[in-house]
Amino acid sequence: MSDSSSPSNKHHHAHHFDSAEHEFDASKFGIWVFLCTEILMFGGLFVGYIFYSGKYPEIFEAGSQFLDWKLGAINTAVLLLSSFTIAISIRNIQMKQKKAAMRNMIITLVCGLVFMGIKYKEYTHKFHQGIYPGKYFNYQPHGAEHSSKDANSHGESKGEHGKVEHMDSLPENIALYFSFYFVMTGIHGTHVIIGMGLILWCLIRTRNDEFGPEYYTPLEGAALFWHLVDLVWIYLFPLLYLI
Amino acid sequence: MSSTPGKNYLNEKSGLWSWLTTLDHKRIGIMYMISVLSFFFIGGVFAMLMRLELFAPGALFEGNTYNQMMTYHGTIMTFMVIIPGVPAFIGNFVLPLLLGAKDVAFPRVNLMSWYCLMVGAAISFLTLFFGGVDTGWTFYTPYSIQTNGTVLMVLGAFVMGFSSILTGLNFIVTVHKLRAPGMDFFKMPLMVWALYSTAIIQVLATPVLAITLLLLASEKLLGVGVFDPALGGDPVLFQHFFWFYSHPAVYIMILPAMGIISELLTTFSKKTIFGYRAIAFSSVGIAAVSFFVWGHHMFVSGQSELAGVIFSFITMLVGVPTAIKTFNWVATLYKGSIEFRSPMLYALGFIFLFTIGGVTGIILATLATDVHFHDTYFVVAHFHYVMVGGTLMAITGGIFYWFPKMFGKMYSEFWAQMSFLFVFSGFNITFFPQFILGATGMPRRYHQYLPEFTSLNQISSIGSWTIGIGFLIALGVIIHGLLKGEKAPKNPWGGLTLEWTADSPPIHENFETTPVVTAGPYEYGR
Amino acid sequence: MSAHHVLPMKTYTTVFITLLFLTAFTVAVAQVDFGMFNAFIAMAVASVKAALVGMYFMHLKYDDKINTACLLSGFFFLIVMFAFIAVDAGSRAVEMSTL
Repeated sequence: MSDSSSPSNKHHHAHHFDSAEHEFDASKFGIWVFLCTEILMFGGLFVGYIFYSGKYPEIFEAGSQFLDWKLGAINTAVLLLSSFTIAISIRNIQMKQKKAAMRNMIITLVCGLVFMGIKYKEYTHKFHQGIYPGKYFNYQPHGAEHSSKDANSHGESKGEHGKVEHMDSLPENIALYFSFYFVMTGIHGTHVIIGMGLILWCLIRTRNDEFGPEYYTPLEGAALFWHLVDLVWIYLFPLLYLI
Repeated sequence: MSSTPGKNYLNEKSGLWSWLTTLDHKRIGIMYMISVLSFFFIGGVFAMLMRLELFAPGALFEGNTYNQMMTYHGTIMTFMVIIPGVPAFIGNFVLPLLLGAKDVAFPRVNLMSWYCLMVGAAISFLTLFFGGVDTGWTFYTPYSIQTNGTVLMVLGAFVMGFSSILTGLNFIVTVHKLRAPGMDFFKMPLMVWALYSTAIIQVLATPVLAITLLLLASEKLLGVGVFDPALGGDPVLFQHFFWFYSHPAVYIMILPAMGIISELLTTFSKKTIFGYRAIAFSSVGIAAVSFFVWGHHMFVSGQSELAGVIFSFITMLVGVPTAIKTFNWVATLYKGSIEFRSPMLYALGFIFLFTIGGVTGIILATLATDVHFHDTYFVVAHFHYVMVGGTLMAITGGIFYWFPKMFGKMYSEFWAQMSFLFVFSGFNITFFPQFILGATGMPRRYHQYLPEFTSLNQISSIGSWTIGIGFLIALGVIIHGLLKGEKAPKNPWGGLTLEWTADSPPIHENFETTPVVTAGPYEYGR
Repeated sequence: MSAHHVLPMKTYTTVFITLLFLTAFTVAVAQVDFGMFNAFIAMAVASVKAALVGMYFMHLKYDDKINTACLLSGFFFLIVMFAFIAVDAGSRAVEMSTL
């Protein structure tokens, strides 16, 4: 059911296109070409990760103990939900359901915030343990501010899995694993933030009645970008947390 | 809608701001022209300095400075001249005209791509003030991790990469969605096929460069251990990542140049192209196969023998569509009515020089011979033959060809021919001796050499002054033509592609009415 | 126009539930060690999820085929990059770690 005025006369297609339809098609195709570039960019990181998991399997085994698959799974569900809601919001626009569209966009944004929140929790927990990328890696199982009296005499501590980690038993270049972890989730997280920005912009434009069944191209673009962010995580989650 | 007489894209709005905020592909093309030509002369200065040092080693600078010269020469020429040169400069101007369109698909993205080039270039030049970079444009690890200036330079290249990606994205969508009514894929001019194939490479390969540079920067800043052997990383992996982009990148450099040649040869022999579909499919074929051969840059880097054999074999394959094109061009000339105008001279020069460059590429693709030639002057000669003898000749020919359309003026034919004379002869004098130098053992990227290489080096340096004169003459022709050229007609060369039906220079919308295409692009009736 | 095809709510909801189920499935399967098949299974499930997101949420099933071609070509060349590097890595002489 429709509950907003139609902005059909508000958008004029650019002069070099024959019609609004033509412009929409071209814009959508353009976004897909751009998504292709993102696949290759993220893909390069995956290739690097897999290369090193073949070369130094021990650091990947050791490192993955530090990741909590439960948090990862929650994040996966959260992103899937957000993909669902942004897709529905486009349907809402197509059916002239402005309020529902805005509601779904807001849910998408909230999901994004939850995702980043969980990410923040994961990162700070690692920083607390001295796990930083690259040369700043300085693993302190009990956190920098606790003294070693918290550890038992074997220098053991609990990783996030509840498994006990011997500090000495970590491979020498374990930092490489965490470097991949931080770079891959970091770049992904950056894309989440950018995606949220794009959706927020669309939310504002929706509120201003700029979109309707005849014109919603920016929302389509933002949604496709958001789905890509979800797609990357769909692969990142098993790679980092499960394998 | 009819335009006001005398109004065209150049004079309809004035002032610097109207240019810097333009959405007109023609204006953006001209802005790229100014940028690319400026960068070319700067890169050329670095080249001259290098050849001056090699005329009398030790006279000018010491090793470190020479290494910086060669790094800037390479980085400027690669990222700021040859990659944007044809697509972003010439392509931006002519693509919509060739298609009968009013503009590219995404004009704002087009403008953004120019800003990416300029900002990226500025960041790269900033490194000059912080001690300079001396890694070579290839940034091989571990040296690039240990030395100065890498992070800024790769950041600059990263931003420039976006310029390339956005141009490619724009062109792909433009070709698919904005062709004039009646123009199916096989009625498109071959320049369009060339730009389209190039755009595919730009979109697929450049993102890998982006992530490579990001990882290199993180290696330098954070010590992640991905490319640094001291931290367990693999320098050969860097080379895999780097060349996965940079090999297809050389096809970004040559494919659109080949498109220009197809246009020049048909127009100046008044003959239809021989084997249109073969050339069209070869363009796309070269683009596709180019992604499978990058390891031929790494035969002696430590990659496995098996990988080397595979890459060598596939590299041979990429020579096939290239040769098909060359044979077809020559066949196009046969029984044509040849006019030796300046653009045609450059096109003919291209065929000769590019062929030499191409076959020497096959020599290098052969695993066994490459072991001896790798990192010698043979390689330097090979890639200059294809990039300068190939692409730069095509760009210059293309500038002269489309000059009347771009600016509505003619230029001095005599001096344009003079420029060809100096460029062609200068080029051969500079670079042919380098094949011999390389084959007899002179390594590349060295600021000095054994005494037995002296005379050939000096000949090469004299050649460099000759090319320099040639390009300066060409620049003079362009500037003089802009200021004092006589008014150009719509179609000074009698070409049959759509841009020649537009005004010289075109109106903002390119065509008074959208053209409807019924014939192929080269139907001269022969 | 197919580009504006409006999908029924039921389709979206079904796909979403399936995705959640597949997520649970992949987590459950990861608890069992299939040795060298671990990665393959995980990636296969991920690919099914990706295909669902692509076909339905991103409307690829109802779009111009060129959009799908675009996506697949991205994956194709990524696989090329991976395959050749893997051949190299796999066939290099076993070396000592540089550490």
